[in-house]
Amino acid sequence: MDVRKPIATNGGYWLPKFGDLWKTQIEALKAQFGKAIEEVRMPPDYPTDVPIVYVRKDEIVPVLNYLKTDSKMDYGFLADLTATDEQKEPRFEVVYNLFSHSSLCRIRVKVRVADGDEVPTAISVWEGANWAEREVYDMFGVKFRGHPDLRRILMDIRWVGHPLRKDYPLKGYQVFADAEPVDPTLLD
Amino acid sequence: MQNSTTDKLNKGLPESYSIEHDPDDLWGDSRIIVNIGPTHPAMHGALRMVAKLNGETIEKSYCEYGYTHRAKEKLGENRTYHNFIVYTDRLNYCSALINNVVYSMSVERLLGVEVPERCVWIRMICCELARVIDHLICIGINAVDLGAFSFFLYGFHQREEAYTLIEKLSGARLTTSYTRIGGLAGDAPEGFESELKAWVAKTRKVIDEMDSLLTGNKIWKKRTVGVGVFNKEQCLKFSHSGPNARAAGIDLDLRRDQPCMFYKDVEFDVPVSQNGDVFDRYLIRIAEIRQSLNILSQIADKIKKGPIWSEDKRVRIPDKDVVYNTMEGLIHHFKFFMTGFSVPEGEAYTQFEAANGELGFYIVSKGSPRSHRMRIRGPSFWHYQSLSTMVQGEKIADMVAALGSINIIAGELDR
Repeated sequence: MDVRKPIATNGGYWLPKFGDLWKTQIEALKAQFGKAIEEVRMPPDYPTDVPIVYVRKDEIVPVLNYLKTDSKMDYGFLADLTATDEQKEPRFEVVYNLFSHSSLCRIRVKVRVADGDEVPTAISVWEGANWAEREVYDMFGVKFRGHPDLRRILMDIRWVGHPLRKDYPLKGYQVFADAEPVDPTLLD
Repeated sequence: MQNSTTDKLNKGLPESYSIEHDPDDLWGDSRIIVNIGPTHPAMHGALRMVAKLNGETIEKSYCEYGYTHRAKEKLGENRTYHNFIVYTDRLNYCSALINNVVYSMSVERLLGVEVPERCVWIRMICCELARVIDHLICIGINAVDLGAFSFFLYGFHQREEAYTLIEKLSGARLTTSYTRIGGLAGDAPEGFESELKAWVAKTRKVIDEMDSLLTGNKIWKKRTVGVGVFNKEQCLKFSHSGPNARAAGIDLDLRRDQPCMFYKDVEFDVPVSQNGDVFDRYLIRIAEIRQSLNILSQIADKIKKGPIWSEDKRVRIPDKDVVYNTMEGLIHHFKFFMTGFSVPEGEAYTQFEAANGELGFYIVSKGSPRSHRMRIRGPSFWHYQSLSTMVQGEKIADMVAALGSINIIAGELDR
């Protein structure tokens, strides 16, 4: 099969529309947070649709809060929160896909986190991050510091292992004799 | 006091998870714990809610899901891009065609493949047809839950007719798998446009009928106005999108604001309401069906004959006569289905206004025929999360109304 050189076409219609806005925003972000911004990957140079901002783990909540509340940014909508298993050190990347309802512009924030490390929770910025973080914990085993209710969400509470890790086996069973019972402590 | 039931439940569970409540004491302060679901006719799909009731009022509740978890994201990392199309049907099974289209679009974006004009128009027909039937089932089932059965049947007939149209396109009614990366499984049959127009004209009348049947109904209004209110700030906090967000006054429609395909070339309005209750969500969906029907009739006028496949050799599935009659065609066919095509390294989050809200595919490719990460952002996930907050302090019967109105589809919730 014909495998061509990688082409950065997935910028699509975003680039002509938001290219300059992104540049000013990234500069403002760098001026505000300095060393906390580890790396920035801009679209035509990297094959990505929107800029990726790598933020140091401990500084993620102030950065997200700034992106949400600052008038130049106004990324008020958490479109998605997920993670990827990069199979190198540090192992995981927690991904925040943000969307601005006012400028209709998107940006992606990433945090590199080693296996067993904790990321500060984003619930104080968006309440809706709660379940998404639980899912990342369930699927990847990335823990979130300060999360009020970090239980498994998709898998059974007695499940062993984190399915979306790359070394997790594709086949196998874990059978439980009874269903998950009601947990009255959650209703207090 | 312990009894045998509690002992049995506690057996083999961690200490923090044991039930310490005395079963005889649950009525002590007139509060009861009610478990609704996972299999309950009022819970749409295998959803579960555990609520602490004071009389009929929900004091506190928590929701659980995952009973139909099929590891779609893991499958996405272990199937080729072509193989994964069939799994996207099972996300939101009420509007399977939208999932097909958005998935194909997201892979095409990573590949840099453009599809021809007719293909895009047919994909738009798919999206709007699927949106109409998704909204019809949402408002229909919501009304059935609250006791308005005949309303549901009006909509359901037109829904079956729409499935007949979809069957003509793709050969299947529910699990369509219609799109291919870089094209479609097959062209629309001869005379499809006129059939579509006839269906649109009939559905317009049916929607008017449904509207006059229910919208002014006193009982319906009493059950829905001011119930399950979720205002604009809360919607933003919980990342609501689609009709639920528009019912609360968030004026955003990705078809209009981040137009892909040919949505710039068709005219439609974006209905927005302010109150964010069950009744407004119903009104928004009724209005959106009308807009979708407008779009469909415009497309039926604009669509022209032409190719439906991109000519990009990487994604083009070879024609059958080439496969059967030439050696190169046979090799191409074999390699396509056995190895799959490689997608260049890169990542993209592709979003589209699905029937329930923002449907996104976040695909990370490392240059192989299988994706490195296939994240599916289903709108229902974010809507269902807010249900506990939405119904806190409301009556238990209103929970059923609220749940029906936010249209949770377990397929895209659990993935």
